[in-house]
Amino acid sequence: MTITPEHLKWPADAGHTAVPYSVFNSREVYDLEQEKLYNGPTWNYLSTAAEIPEKGSFKSTYIGDTPVVVTRGQDDEIYAWVNRCAHRGAEICRERHGKSEDGAYTCVYHQWAFDAKGDLRGVPFQRGLGGNGGMPKDFDKKKHGLRKIRVVNYHGAIFGTFSDETPDIETYFGEDVSYHFKRIMNRPIEILGHTRQHIAGNWKFYSENTKDPYHASLLHLFHATFNLYRSSQEGQSIINNDVHSVLWARNSGEVEGALDDMKKDKLRTLKTGEYELEDMSLLAGTQEFDDGVTLVILSAFPSLVLQQIQNTLAFRQILPKNENEFELVWTYFGYADDSEELRNYRLKQFNLIGPAGLISMEDGESTELCQKAIVRDGNYKNVIRMAGDEATGDDHLVTEGLIRGLWKGYRQYMDF
Amino acid sequence: MSNNVSLELKAEVENLLNTYAQCIDDDDLENWPSFFTEKCLYQVIPRENHEIGLPTAVMWCDSHGMLNDRITALRHANVYQVQWYRHILSNPVITTRDNGETINVQSNYAIFKTCNDGESTVYNVGRYIDVIVREEGVLKFKERSAIYDTHRITTLMVIPI
Repeated sequence: MTITPEHLKWPADAGHTAVPYSVFNSREVYDLEQEKLYNGPTWNYLSTAAEIPEKGSFKSTYIGDTPVVVTRGQDDEIYAWVNRCAHRGAEICRERHGKSEDGAYTCVYHQWAFDAKGDLRGVPFQRGLGGNGGMPKDFDKKKHGLRKIRVVNYHGAIFGTFSDETPDIETYFGEDVSYHFKRIMNRPIEILGHTRQHIAGNWKFYSENTKDPYHASLLHLFHATFNLYRSSQEGQSIINNDVHSVLWARNSGEVEGALDDMKKDKLRTLKTGEYELEDMSLLAGTQEFDDGVTLVILSAFPSLVLQQIQNTLAFRQILPKNENEFELVWTYFGYADDSEELRNYRLKQFNLIGPAGLISMEDGESTELCQKAIVRDGNYKNVIRMAGDEATGDDHLVTEGLIRGLWKGYRQYMDF
Repeated sequence: MSNNVSLELKAEVENLLNTYAQCIDDDDLENWPSFFTEKCLYQVIPRENHEIGLPTAVMWCDSHGMLNDRITALRHANVYQVQWYRHILSNPVITTRDNGETINVQSNYAIFKTCNDGESTVYNVGRYIDVIVREEGVLKFKERSAIYDTHRITTLMVIPI
């Protein structure tokens, strides 16, 4: 593994409250991240198991910017490999998802054929054609499989890692992150759709954003504009292993939950607002978790955010494209046993989230605002001091502690 | 179902599609809901979902109220850079049902987006599938689905398609 060059190392006094902007737009840093983070000892979200339900099902995705394919083999096990033919480097799987009926994945260039595990099964003209050509006698198919990825099916979500040193996934996430992951993934899910968003910003500006409860009511003005913001909200910000985090919130003292409550005091809410929602059915829903928590933003470094916002459930996969661009892939879901009513609540509430989300569309915008402004200022630093200087969680949401945790852990992974 | 559509009706449908696009492109968004019936369905859905029967849309409104709320949020709540749309529409394919009471229309669209930097980019390309009815003598969208091919949305989507 590449040794981090001296000129990239952070000043001794940088700490994790002041990050040099150069980490957001340097190609050198980006390439080092691909090696040390994405190809290093991290678990990367690849897919839900529900998206590859049958033997032969497959899905194309990425770890960082490396193209990978996740498959379900004829033995019903899940596998993943780099989508690059072992022969001359061509892309093998050219579809976003599908089913290989015979379980074979054949490169179109010279028709080398691989199985779901990534093992090489067939090489055309291996013994030659009419006495001509053919592979040398020492050619061993076993030595020319695809680059394989270690995978785990963690409660219905598939994660992959290139490194043998990555610890088991619960050790990697930590106790609280694992708890909240299992809280949402508590039973079989049903995929409701995908959307994709391309953002002209560095992927870490987005990572910061998902660990930043400070901005929530300041950037996202939907709730305030319609006077739906609830100052009584209680919540917690939790850090596990520096880089993973959970933000959760509920409206204090409300066993029934926020949405039922909002319906009750709808008249007061609407009369005091500057603007009114004409159709309150947008926010209609149900309290589906016994703990009354209505918001969970779980950030599993480096590539996943799992969210519950009211009745919306979604995976957000962060896919860096280069130092100035990333793609955000949203996978929306409900549970396999959802009533039609609950499913309809989810579908309507999807107006709130995603690329056109009334309460969240600004997250891409804020990332781009930062990327535009730092062009020549790599030596300047930001200021991350809300709620102190420590990289710790808090029993409230007025904090940047989780962002400090991100940078503390990032520095260690990157040897900065 | 009938493909025999009178020239008058064809002209009327085309006028609806064109004035709808012009309403958005002219930033006359407060009038945008008036193109729909009171109870309606407006959705902007990626083709990748539509093709395999997944229901998730990025915008999904089933009432005038929800359409109005989208515009109120766009004007007063949402944060985004200044941008303009320019719709380019194809000729529509028109069929009628229920003795002409219900008009089914499909057309292609391409939307260019221009921001303050002055660059115009192809922002969103797809097709409209419409169910149009007559309300007090005027054609309105009972259902309008914008099924977009450009499934990677640049930055965000705030202005309706």
